[in-house]
Amino acid sequence: MRVTQGCFSFLPDLTDEQIAAQVQYCLDKGWAVNIEFTDDPHPRNTYWDMWGLPMFDLRDAAGIMKELADCRRVYGDRYIRICGFDSGHGWESVRISFIVNRPREEPGFRLDRSEAAGRNLRYATHSYAADRPEGKRYADQ
Amino acid sequence: MNIQQSMTVRGKDRYKSGVMEYKRMGYWEPNYEPKDTDVIALFRVTPQDGVDPTEACAAVAGESSTATWTVVWTDRLTAAEKYRAKCYRVDPVPNSPGSYFAYIAYDLDLFEPGSISNLTASIIGNVFGFKPLKALRLEDMRLPVAYVKTFQGPATGIVVERERLDKFGRPLLGATVKPKLGLSGRNYGRVVYEALKGGLDFTKDDENINSQPFMHWRERFLYCMEAVNRAQAATGEIKGTYLNVTAATMEDMYERAEFAHELGSNIVMIDLVIGYTAIQSMAKWARRNNMILHLHRAGHSTYTRQRSHGVSFRVIAKWMRLAGVDHIHAGTVVGKLEGDPNTTRGYYDICREDFNPMQLEHGVFFDQNWASLNKLMPVASGGIHAGQMHQLLDLLGEDVVLQFGGGTIGHPRGIQAGATANRVALEAMILARNEGRDYVHEGPEILAKAAQTCTPLREALDVWKDVTFNYESTDAPDFVPTPSMAV
Repeated sequence: MRVTQGCFSFLPDLTDEQIAAQVQYCLDKGWAVNIEFTDDPHPRNTYWDMWGLPMFDLRDAAGIMKELADCRRVYGDRYIRICGFDSGHGWESVRISFIVNRPREEPGFRLDRSEAAGRNLRYATHSYAADRPEGKRYADQ
Repeated sequence: MNIQQSMTVRGKDRYKSGVMEYKRMGYWEPNYEPKDTDVIALFRVTPQDGVDPTEACAAVAGESSTATWTVVWTDRLTAAEKYRAKCYRVDPVPNSPGSYFAYIAYDLDLFEPGSISNLTASIIGNVFGFKPLKALRLEDMRLPVAYVKTFQGPATGIVVERERLDKFGRPLLGATVKPKLGLSGRNYGRVVYEALKGGLDFTKDDENINSQPFMHWRERFLYCMEAVNRAQAATGEIKGTYLNVTAATMEDMYERAEFAHELGSNIVMIDLVIGYTAIQSMAKWARRNNMILHLHRAGHSTYTRQRSHGVSFRVIAKWMRLAGVDHIHAGTVVGKLEGDPNTTRGYYDICREDFNPMQLEHGVFFDQNWASLNKLMPVASGGIHAGQMHQLLDLLGEDVVLQFGGGTIGHPRGIQAGATANRVALEAMILARNEGRDYVHEGPEILAKAAQTCTPLREALDVWKDVTFNYESTDAPDFVPTPSMAV
């Protein structure tokens, strides 16, 4: 399966040139750009690990592309996303977020159901990758 | 027009028993300077033939505040001058002989804090049936910060909604389940699953789906939540479906909303026809229960569509932002339903900006400061399709829900294919826009290129390529570029 979180998951994987253009768009808007990675892509996993601090003062996409290359060297078997953060009043949150790296195999999720009274079901989304300990989830790749 | 003398009768003559013209009773005060705390209403007044325009406008001020048809001595038991609404400006409507824009100021003390019902009982109460007027339309309102701050505002707001859904940087995509009536709960859930798995963020109940013989509400809720959870697991993405909790009584609505909450839904839906008090109740419920609240504007066209009489939708949008809904249908411009581009732009700004400057070409007559009240997500729905993606993005921006009902479910290769086509078209357009391309003009090329790696999009573009709805709008703003020249 393909995790479709983020802004561009329905398109073919972005090239570095395309990623740099999106990063430049963020920088031109005055947003801080942040690189984050995880090996647990559960849809409610909000806090992916940060690759350093958000780059508040950078103005050139090349610096972020270099960081991305470094991050890929260490965590190339995981999901990596780029986020643009707008600290402007009234937003003060993420403005754009898109996946720039994926594990070769994406095992996806299982839906667990437990039956309750009155035909109610309790659902739990179970990430297959998370069955293994952190750091070893995509080890075979 | 404003260099006029007040005609107000003062002293004890003002209270002599009998009938007195409204403009002499204190409802026409051309020298009045509205206070920062005043509520201001702008009416389009069309007096009956032979009725003096100033008198007609003064009467609107009177009938929407303290006046009755005759002088009453009991006015003297109150600070009557404070409570009288004051018409302070009357302009002829440009290119519309016989109609006048009346600016009327209301003291804040006239209104109960935090109650749309109370506000509307005055402003659009008896006055709309007043015989000396042929027609009356409430065009716009300026809501003072002191009043705005008495409202909760949108239960969730655009930013928190995006955070909860983990979706940033692009419009959200939705579809209304079709056919709107007749599907069983099991079949209905199938449409929801297919659309969400195919790539939509939301599906939606239609306004008149409540609890009918073919599908009682519990069936719908249970099957829909199965579909939402299945699609979420299949994509790793948060999904939602607007469960319409509109019902005959508040008790029924709360029961349905509680059930939606218990099943883990992140959004519920109501119709405008439930009324302002019910909407505010549901907004408070939604805030308490971490629920996004979608409003379908069912019924609004009965009073918003004609230029001469009723209430402009921009006023309804302002009231709904105060009342506290998170989503409101606000037009598509290019789709099948009414919507002049400039007027629609005005509605969108009212939903999404923290400050609206006066902008007559958008129908916005006043500066409006929202004082950090949450923003409300406009929804574009009705007759739109993937081939219009560049126009939709250009006209409606990023913080909007684009709802392709027919444009998803009517896809020749099925609902999932329809959803995928829309999602790919959207992502391709956002990518191109962010790259700095002239996406409005290159839109068709961008879509064609994206369709090379996405057959469903290719098919959607082929099927709907020529579908447009180009009709004259019935509600465009009346303005001349420099307002003072209209006098």
